[in-house]
Amino acid sequence: MNKQQYIKGLKLKLNGFSVEAYPLPGERLSETLRERLGARDVKIGCNAGDCGACTVLVDGEPVCACLMPAGQAEGRTVETLAGLYSAQDASVIALAERFQDHGAAQCGICTPGMMVAATALLRANATPSEEQTKAALNGVLCRCTGYRKIIDAVMGLAPITESGSDVGVSIRRLDGEDKVAGREAYGDDVAPAGTLEVLAIRSPYPHARFELGDIEAFKAAHPGIETILTAADVPGQNLMGVLPPFMDQPVFAEDVTRFRGEAVAAAVGSPDAIRALDPNDFPVEWHPMETLASPDEAEASSTILHPARPGNVLCRGLVECGDADRALSESDVVAEGHFQTGFVEHAYIEPEAGYAFVRDGRVEVHACTQSPVMDREALEIVLGMSASQIRIVPTGIGGGFGSKLDLTVQPFLAIAALKTGRPVRMALTRVESMQSSTKRHPSDIRVKIGASSDGHITGMSFDGTFDTGAYASWGPTVANRVPVHASGPYAVAHYRARSKGVHTNNPVSGAFRGFGVPQSAIAQESLLDELAIKLGIDPLEFRIANALTNGAPTVCGQVFQKGVGIKACLESLRSAWTTARAEAEAFNAQSQTIKRGVGVASGWYGCGNTSMPNPSTIKSGVRPDGTVVLHQGAVDIGQGSNTVIAQIFATTLGLPVQEVTLLGGDTDITPDAGKTSASRQTFVTGNAAQLSATSLRAAILEKLNVAGDATLRFGDGSIEATDSAGTHILSLAGLDADPDGYVFAAEESYDPPTEPLDEKGQGSPYAQFGYAAHLAEVEVDLDLGTVKTTRIVAAHDVGRAINPMLVEGQVHGGVAQGLGMALMEEYIPGRTENLHDYLIPTIGDVPPIETLIIEEEDAHGPMGAKGLGEHALIPTAPAILNAIHAATGARITRIPATPHRVRNALKDLA
Amino acid sequence: MTYQRPEHISELVEICAGGNARVVAGGTDFYPALPQGQTPKDIVDISRVSGLRGITRSDEGFRIGATTTWSDIVKADLPTAFDALKLAAIEVGSVQIQNAGTIAGNICNASPAADGVPPLLCLDAHVELQSRNGLRRIPLSSFIKGVRQTDLQAGEIVTGILVPSPPEGAGSAFSKLGSRRYLVISICMTAVQVRLDRSGRIDQIAIAVGACSPVAMRLSALEASLVGQRVEDVSIPPSALVDLNPIDDVRGSGAFRLEAVKTQILRTLQMAAQR
Repeated sequence: MNKQQYIKGLKLKLNGFSVEAYPLPGERLSETLRERLGARDVKIGCNAGDCGACTVLVDGEPVCACLMPAGQAEGRTVETLAGLYSAQDASVIALAERFQDHGAAQCGICTPGMMVAATALLRANATPSEEQTKAALNGVLCRCTGYRKIIDAVMGLAPITESGSDVGVSIRRLDGEDKVAGREAYGDDVAPAGTLEVLAIRSPYPHARFELGDIEAFKAAHPGIETILTAADVPGQNLMGVLPPFMDQPVFAEDVTRFRGEAVAAAVGSPDAIRALDPNDFPVEWHPMETLASPDEAEASSTILHPARPGNVLCRGLVECGDADRALSESDVVAEGHFQTGFVEHAYIEPEAGYAFVRDGRVEVHACTQSPVMDREALEIVLGMSASQIRIVPTGIGGGFGSKLDLTVQPFLAIAALKTGRPVRMALTRVESMQSSTKRHPSDIRVKIGASSDGHITGMSFDGTFDTGAYASWGPTVANRVPVHASGPYAVAHYRARSKGVHTNNPVSGAFRGFGVPQSAIAQESLLDELAIKLGIDPLEFRIANALTNGAPTVCGQVFQKGVGIKACLESLRSAWTTARAEAEAFNAQSQTIKRGVGVASGWYGCGNTSMPNPSTIKSGVRPDGTVVLHQGAVDIGQGSNTVIAQIFATTLGLPVQEVTLLGGDTDITPDAGKTSASRQTFVTGNAAQLSATSLRAAILEKLNVAGDATLRFGDGSIEATDSAGTHILSLAGLDADPDGYVFAAEESYDPPTEPLDEKGQGSPYAQFGYAAHLAEVEVDLDLGTVKTTRIVAAHDVGRAINPMLVEGQVHGGVAQGLGMALMEEYIPGRTENLHDYLIPTIGDVPPIETLIIEEEDAHGPMGAKGLGEHALIPTAPAILNAIHAATGARITRIPATPHRVRNALKDLA
Repeated sequence: MTYQRPEHISELVEICAGGNARVVAGGTDFYPALPQGQTPKDIVDISRVSGLRGITRSDEGFRIGATTTWSDIVKADLPTAFDALKLAAIEVGSVQIQNAGTIAGNICNASPAADGVPPLLCLDAHVELQSRNGLRRIPLSSFIKGVRQTDLQAGEIVTGILVPSPPEGAGSAFSKLGSRRYLVISICMTAVQVRLDRSGRIDQIAIAVGACSPVAMRLSALEASLVGQRVEDVSIPPSALVDLNPIDDVRGSGAFRLEAVKTQILRTLQMAAQR
């Protein structure tokens, strides 16, 4: 029997080796493995057994390492992904190959948990069925892939990858092997064990005045706490925000907190001291204030959260063409509705985390981020330092979806490193992450759409109020984007869309895959179904008849002469639509309690910033040894930019992409490729990569004096060019290298051509749109109100599929998030701040997804390509809601369509 | 701070007599509920105490040791009256949770939505408790007293769950309603154990409902009213559910729970009758 401070000499067998560790009493096995035994491939997503990222095998059985006291591992065998992979176990290597050949790892943060759980399954059953696979992997959450590719990989279905490397070929992710080997290092994986840690002290109230007490006394009473940070420690301005005109958020609140979870201070200390720190002991006195819980309350209140914003209105948006009111009054039929959506949490499996230190007077921040250069610009303000004194190095990113655009751990880390002069690390707990990170804007939307009796949309009015929460974040972007997109991809001659973002004491609403468009699409696509029903027209044909076409103006008056692919997307669904509807009808004739329904919805999305510059720069070079280097600054958060940008670059330059050496978004070495946001990387950075490759190639061809169509071969200190005149060899040894060490180099930028919007929102907000249409089949249990999605068919016009496997990956992930938004996800501050009360789809909730790739070449995209990330989520929720209506006659206007909401809607019918 | 991992029940009882140590077995409820900076000073890990894990059968019935995991239960060879418990076991969290979480932990955690409790109530389970003062056995229905409240006395530890031999030929089933397929806390749940006579009429029945009252409960009046009926004829009058008082929360309203549980009871009864 042991009875002591540390568990002395905990002995276990880890990945085949006998090891010994000294955990603290009660320490979780996950912490012992990561911090005392170096197994950083064991990921911490929730510390509550909800996400399964920390799954390890103990004596062969999968368990969550976060829930096991380390002492229980005494004398037992523990296996982790990195151990299984490095042991070259044939079945694990084969599984890793399959994960890569199916695109089953996107961001990769769930991959260790998935592969370890799959290993336990495959050891017992080499040929599992789909149901067995789902049951075995049911404890691991994934937010990127939609699970289907993981199921396919585990079951051993035929690979999707093809041989080759050029644009259009489904190659493996270039960064995939590290993910399946357990080697990818994320935000919390880079700091050495024992590094000082930072813990934020946060407001338990949505709105409160506060006074800090005797911090020195607190510090004295807590040995191991090195320092306490407060607003007084911010060296520059205590001000953050992603849009310079709207910056309004303090790093540390001063006097007043405006949302639950806002930081007022942070403790910096040794791991043991931070572990023992109870935030309730922190000296702060709270005085709760009136809480503005909704936009309605906030607009009516005399309490103003930001003095320059009367009525608590952050901003408004408008797009207007023709005369919507008159057109609606003259329409043969009008459908109208009121739709509401709540907060949606990004729920990436990796909580925000990072590591910082000061070296030679410069501060370096290594963290998970979607936007390293924006982080640096923000830290210039917070730290009062110049750009040259700050280095941002993106770590592996375990999912972002928009929320890792905003600063989270970065300012705390930088300030702590500067104040202590020592390296520091910070990882948010799941609860902190959910409380303090941005969310999808809740919406309250009223829409009217009119049509003529011959089935043409005549006019539309849209009024949307968005709860932008305590601070601005990306609220203005949502307010601007929504009116441009709220028509859907249809020709609407008379249109008025008004939006506003209103401050409340709710979490900060920011960027989340679609910037408000998924919310508006629910309202608009639901009403299109209502109109079609009123007119007695097939809902799919009604959409096809009204779809935008080349040469037809959008509601902003923008005309695209090519690349408008929505009609092709909708038409590609015809055969599935007809068959599925007939099957549902036949099924429903036999079934009383379970009813099937089929729904369809469209979506469109402008790629890049709205009428604002958003250039990307790509640098490339050739080293004297012939190595081709691509400075790839488009942060890969799992979507695949490392591969897609490299494929565009390599195809243009003329070499196999596998030969390109990639350098990441380190701000010291790589130019700004802009933020990973707004579905802009394939389009904008892809163009910059194409330009960079074109320049590099031109310089090489000129030097070699060969024809434009010459083929190139790089390597062994030379470049070989072959054209009709024969083969020419250029030795690189004699050439002068530039300061970066390149004998050839090219740096090129691309900024999409857009035009400002006038006061009525008329202009050219985007250089390109991508288009999508989804079909959803559901089964509704009339007695319980449960909805099961049984199939999705997703048609996407991507202009040109640079890598079809990665296109499918984006589509699957978007569908899964859209399904979650439709059926189960709603963040309620104080009540759903973890991954067991806030539900995201599990492996059992995502049905088979058929992806139909449409390629209507874009005028501006690289090789005709369009962006995709956000498009994939937009049509899913309205397609599911339309399917519920088709099954039952009930129209769900408030999501998520949880069982009790569906049941209530069914009762309202009767 | 201490961490103790006794191997004999006598040691465990002595440690518990000290009164301050927090008991940990699978850790699946212990760690998620642990606030920042509040790790208990003393922890007793009962996972290696001999004789606490596994299912044994005697003339009186079955004894499920306290640290028996849900996975152990799924794999065990048990009569069909235990099917409800097995079906509940595969709905407890995930495979990872089932491999660690224990049956005693589930009842000691005393969540209104504990998956294991309705099937155990149908099995007329008793709780075996040990302390320096000896052994005590009380019905599960008396052991769980409220939300997160049990009858566990200072110095006492749950060492097993006792199940009397169930009626020969009884079938059982379990259903759980949630907003997603796996890893879900129930909106409501139902366990039914039923036996039909030769003419197909119910001659023995137990129905227990969870997540619709502070403590999961048997619906004794309903059970009595169903004896002698054919399964296909069963209907449930609102009066049968008067003892339930489900709350409104993020998972569903109380009114919805009452409505859903009625459907769930009928369906679970049909499933149980077919097993």
